[in-house]
Amino acid sequence: MKHKAPILFLLLFCAILSACQSLDQTDSEQINPDSQKTYIENKGSDTLVNLALAWAEEYQQLNPVVQISVTGGGSGTGFTSLINGTITIANASRQIKPEEIDAARENGFEPIEFIVANDAIAVIVNPENPIENLSLEQVSKIYKGEIKNWQEVGGEDRPIVKLSRETNSGTHVYFLETVIRLGSKDDNSIFSADTLLLPSSEGIIAEVRDNPNAIGYDGLGYVTPDVKTIALSQEAHSNYIIPSAETVLSGEYPISRHLYMYTRGEPKGAELAYLEWILSSDAQEITAYLGFVPVIRE
Amino acid sequence: MRKSEKLITNTIRIAGSSSILFLLLIFVFLLKEGFPTLQEISFVELLSRRWYPIEGLFGILPLISGSLIVTISSMIIALPFGIGTAIYIGEIAPQGLKEIFKPLVEVLAGIPSVVLGFIGILVLSPMMRTGLNLPTGLTALTGAILLALISIPTIVSIAEDALYAVPKSYREAAYAVGATQWQIIWHIVLPAARVGILNAVMLGVGRSLGETMAVMMVTGNAPTLFSGLDSFISPVRTMTATIASEMGEVASGSAHYHILFFIGIILFFFSLLINVTSSSLSTRPKRGKDQVVS
Repeated sequence: MKHKAPILFLLLFCAILSACQSLDQTDSEQINPDSQKTYIENKGSDTLVNLALAWAEEYQQLNPVVQISVTGGGSGTGFTSLINGTITIANASRQIKPEEIDAARENGFEPIEFIVANDAIAVIVNPENPIENLSLEQVSKIYKGEIKNWQEVGGEDRPIVKLSRETNSGTHVYFLETVIRLGSKDDNSIFSADTLLLPSSEGIIAEVRDNPNAIGYDGLGYVTPDVKTIALSQEAHSNYIIPSAETVLSGEYPISRHLYMYTRGEPKGAELAYLEWILSSDAQEITAYLGFVPVIRE
Repeated sequence: MRKSEKLITNTIRIAGSSSILFLLLIFVFLLKEGFPTLQEISFVELLSRRWYPIEGLFGILPLISGSLIVTISSMIIALPFGIGTAIYIGEIAPQGLKEIFKPLVEVLAGIPSVVLGFIGILVLSPMMRTGLNLPTGLTALTGAILLALISIPTIVSIAEDALYAVPKSYREAAYAVGATQWQIIWHIVLPAARVGILNAVMLGVGRSLGETMAVMMVTGNAPTLFSGLDSFISPVRTMTATIASEMGEVASGSAHYHILFFIGIILFFFSLLINVTSSSLSTRPKRGKDQVVS
C-alpha cells in the first residue's frame, strides 16, 4: 500500500507532460500551416500516365505543399476508382460512359471533364517490314482477321500478328470504334479472336520491335524510334499522313483523340489549382516534349 | 483437467478449425458473387466461342481451353525433369552433391513468377519465335515452359521426400540378390513411392493451373479455342490471366464482374478436384509391401 502514492504521482506527472506536448503541437501547426501537405490521388489511363507523372513532378517542385501520386491501370480502372472514391482525379483516354456517369451519381457526385492533351494513335510495325502506308480500311480488315498475310497489303509473305492493349484500355475502345468499325455506330465487328491482348504499352512496343510479323497500335507519346510508324489515310489511295503534332492539330491525321482528366464534382482548392496549371502554357510545353499534342486554350 | 491446459487445447482447436472456416467463407463469397452469372447469362452464351466482355460476349470455353492447354503442356515438360531430378537427388547423387542440389532446387522455388515472366518476354519468347519459326513467340508453349520451371521445384521436393520414405532395407535386399541400380530404381523404389510421386504431380498441376503473372506476360492472352495441335504453339488466354487483367476495370455488380467470380468458382473446382484426387490416391487401402511405405 505504501508504494501506491509515488506511482500515482508519477502517472499524474506523465499525464501533465503529455498534455503540454500535445498543446505545443497544435500551436506549432497554427503558426506554420505550410507543414500540412495536400494530397492529390491521380489514377487511370496508361496512355496518360507518363505525362501525368511529368506534370506531377514539375508541379510538386513549384508547390512543395502538394503531393500528387500518379498510377496507371487503364481508363476503366481510373473511372472505377473515381466512382469508389479512392482517388480524386481520374485520367482517361476516352470519354466517360453513360453507365459510369450513372454509377457516379449513385455515389453522390457529378464527374466533371477536362481535356488536358491530345494524342494521335500511331499504327506501328517492325522496321524490317517494308510497308510504309496503309488505309484505315486495310488496318480495319487486318484487325478483323480478313487480311491475314502482309502480302495482301503489298508486303512480304509473312503472317500478320495483331497486337492490342487489353479491353480495359481506353486506347483499345477508341481503336475499336474509330478504326475497326471505321466510326460507324451500326457496325458490330470486333477484334478477331487471335488478336494478342498485351497488358501494357511497353509490351506492345517490345513485341513490335522484336517481331517482323507484328502490327500494333499505341499512343504517339509511347512510340520509340526503334519501331516504324505507318502513314495512314482515311480513304484508300488518298494522302498518307504520318502522325505528328502538326498533322494532328491540322486535323489531317485520321486517328487522334482528346485525353481527359475527371474530377469528383467541380474541383476546389488544390485540385482546381492543379488542373488550371495543367492547362497553362508551361505545363503544355511538357506535353509537347513527351510527344503528345498540346491543347491550345482559347 | 487444469484450467491452463483447457485454454491451450481450445486455442489449438480454434486455430485448427480456422482454416476450414476461411475456406468456407471464401467459398460462400465466391458463390455469392459468381452465382448471379447463371441468371444474367444463358448457358448458350456461356458456352459460346468468343470472349469479348466489353461487347457482352461471355463465352468461357476459350478461357477453360486456354488454361487446360497451358497446364497440360507444362506438366508434359515438368514431369520428366521433376521426377528425374528427384531420382537423381534421392538415389544417385553422392552425399556432397545432394547437399548442394537440394537447396538449389528450393532457391528455384523462391524466384518470383513475375521475374520469370520478364525473362520469358525478353529471352524465351524471341527464341521460340526464331527457333520454331512461329508467327509470334507469345504462345501457350512459352507459358508452359515457364510454368514447368515454376512447378518443377514443388514436384522435386515432394517426390524426393516420397523416395526418401522408401525403407533402406528394400534397396539392400535388392542389391543382395544382384539387382543393378537402374533395376532398383525402376522396379523397387519408384513403385513403392508411387503414391507420394502422384501427390507431387497433382500439386505441380495445381501450381500450374493457379499461376497468373508469368502466364499473363508470355501467352499473348488471345482468347482462342482449342483447334488441334496448332493450339499449343498459338497464343491462348488462361482463366487466371483473364481475372487478373479484367478485375480492375469492372464496375462492381455488373454481369462482367459476376462472370469473373464465376470463372473463379470454376478454378476453385478444378483445384478441389486435383486435391481430392491426390488425397484419395494417398489414403486408398494399401496392399502388401506398400503398407510399410508412406
